[in-house]
Amino acid sequence: MKTLIMAGVASLLAVPLMADEIPRTATGKPDFSGTYDVKTITPLERSRQSGDSSVIKPEDAENYSNAVKEGNKANDNRVLDPNREAPPEGGDGSPGAAGNVGGYNRFWIDNGEEFTKVDGEYPTSIVYDPPNGRRPGWTQRAIARFGELRNYWRKNTGRAWWLDEDLPGPSDHPEFLTLSDRCLLGFSSTGGPPMLPALYNNIKRVVQSENTLMILIEMVHDARIIRIGGEHAPDDVRKWLGDSIGWWEGDTLVVDTTNFNDTPALGMATRDLHVVERFTMTDENNMLYDFTVSDPNVWQDKWSGKYNWPKTDSQLYEYACHEGNYSIQGMLKGAREAEKAWFAEQAQTESGE
Amino acid sequence: MRKQTVNPTIFSIRSPRVLVAILALIVIGLPGCATLRDYFQGPDGVAEESPAKEETAAKVKEASALAQTQSKIKRIPGTNHPDLNGIWQAINTANYNVERHLAAPALLTVEGPRGPVPHFKVVAMGAVGSVPGGLGVIKDGQMIPYTPEAAQTREENRANWADRDPEVKCYLPGVPRANYMPFPFQIVQGEDSFFIAYEYAGAVRDVFFDDPGEAPIDSWMGQSVGKWEGDTLVVTVTAQVDTTWFDRSGNHHSAAMVVTERWTPMGPNHIHYEATIDDPETFTEPWTIEMPLYRRMEENLILMDFKCVQFVEELLYGQWRRESVQPEE
Repeated sequence: MKTLIMAGVASLLAVPLMADEIPRTATGKPDFSGTYDVKTITPLERSRQSGDSSVIKPEDAENYSNAVKEGNKANDNRVLDPNREAPPEGGDGSPGAAGNVGGYNRFWIDNGEEFTKVDGEYPTSIVYDPPNGRRPGWTQRAIARFGELRNYWRKNTGRAWWLDEDLPGPSDHPEFLTLSDRCLLGFSSTGGPPMLPALYNNIKRVVQSENTLMILIEMVHDARIIRIGGEHAPDDVRKWLGDSIGWWEGDTLVVDTTNFNDTPALGMATRDLHVVERFTMTDENNMLYDFTVSDPNVWQDKWSGKYNWPKTDSQLYEYACHEGNYSIQGMLKGAREAEKAWFAEQAQTESGE
Repeated sequence: MRKQTVNPTIFSIRSPRVLVAILALIVIGLPGCATLRDYFQGPDGVAEESPAKEETAAKVKEASALAQTQSKIKRIPGTNHPDLNGIWQAINTANYNVERHLAAPALLTVEGPRGPVPHFKVVAMGAVGSVPGGLGVIKDGQMIPYTPEAAQTREENRANWADRDPEVKCYLPGVPRANYMPFPFQIVQGEDSFFIAYEYAGAVRDVFFDDPGEAPIDSWMGQSVGKWEGDTLVVTVTAQVDTTWFDRSGNHHSAAMVVTERWTPMGPNHIHYEATIDDPETFTEPWTIEMPLYRRMEENLILMDFKCVQFVEELLYGQWRRESVQPEE
């Protein structure tokens, strides 16, 4: 009898405890509201060194994470020589996004120091389907398109190589520059969908009403407005971040996104991109973000990934990109200068002959 | 619920027609009272003086109208706050000029033989580029109380409108301008959150309900801190850069500006919006704009993309293209 009562009390307690594990709105729906920092060192695709392993051993994850932290700390504390010289003409040979003249230092970079933890384990990649942790192969169409684009990738030596080869140059027009250079979208599909971790500015602010979930993407202040219970806009309404509608499956919010314009945030994707995302609070401070991508123009099959979104106390700050964008001028003017130099050299050669 | 008190001394009935209407309302609205006479009789059974009757009648009308309005306003579940979720838009000419203004041929003009004509930079726009008149949105029909120097800057801004108006370059609009641009905006409001997504330039505001203290640096949309006063959301906006304008007429401010907004539902589909501008570096005294905001009623309405950044690349960077894309003159 006593045991029975105790069991009864325990079950009475257990029910509300279960329900209280995740935050809920007054109407009982899971409450996603909050600010998340989605940075992680877990790669999108499984690295070669992970081999066939789908998970990293906890001690390996900890050791690697500690090594990253140590390295970052050493870098953060490095004193720069204020009297150092400018990089040599033609660049100092350093690799990276800024290319050959020295890129971002640690101050700018905020790409995480932890592996993402999903279902108590550390996956070797965000992609979990296909099970090898890598995206499916490209379609013939995608291979052809990529080949075309690749033709224009050259090391920047300062020479107007496109005149040598009578090709369009990479900086002929502002429209030739990347969407992130132009402040139209953040890079690395940070706004997505699917929303992926990036080199910096990984904060997401989520605000939820009864029929709307709003996700503010830190980079380029894109607000994704998801209509819960809504229908998709007509097919010819096309948007940078697509048109998102959601519905509840138990405590999971499923979000379906279509209606992308010709250049979605996800690299290589086209206007036929279709993304299904699943948002699930796993406890008070963590949300599991799961997504499935399909684009018949690019990938031979659909693929899926997931990673944990931990809440943060940090606040999101205005990312006013376009208002201070001097880079486009710089890139276009630089290319025009390189062309002038090319023509001058040409004229000199001709007069010399 | 909003605490509502009416001070009888400030109440006055302006016309006999209003009085009749009020009395009629009371007769309809108070079926529980045997007669009007019963209602107006004090505890001693003595009928009160006539002005007091009017006051009471007005008070009752006011209270019943307010109760009616309040009951129509949806509340955020789990709170007592009005639910302002939805897509809203201002309908006025404040983005042309917050002050009272007549229609004009263009935003940029040169002096013609009989008054201004469009400047060559905008002449191709014809009537599309002309300016509609408006009575202004400044409270009590006032004009902006500029200091003499700031008034001078406004005139220079007007003369150089195309080069100086941040809207021309698709820059973030700042507050209050974001609220009365000719674009819809969406409020997403939860139990303790209030977020505004503007269609124009994808501008956004996240209203903090926990004051984080002074903003670390000025920004285009500033820092918004909100608190509820009854049914009114009061938002204090600080730390805005000095480069945003109030409108297309060169009306400007300094980085010292503090904007105090008051968002009050007038019913389910209207918000009374008020913003007090306090900036001693630019104005001799604070001034206030006010306007209704209207709920966009279309079914299935969504905010469209208006990433105008790509629309101004030709303006800002066209001169550095490898080859011009413009037809030869």
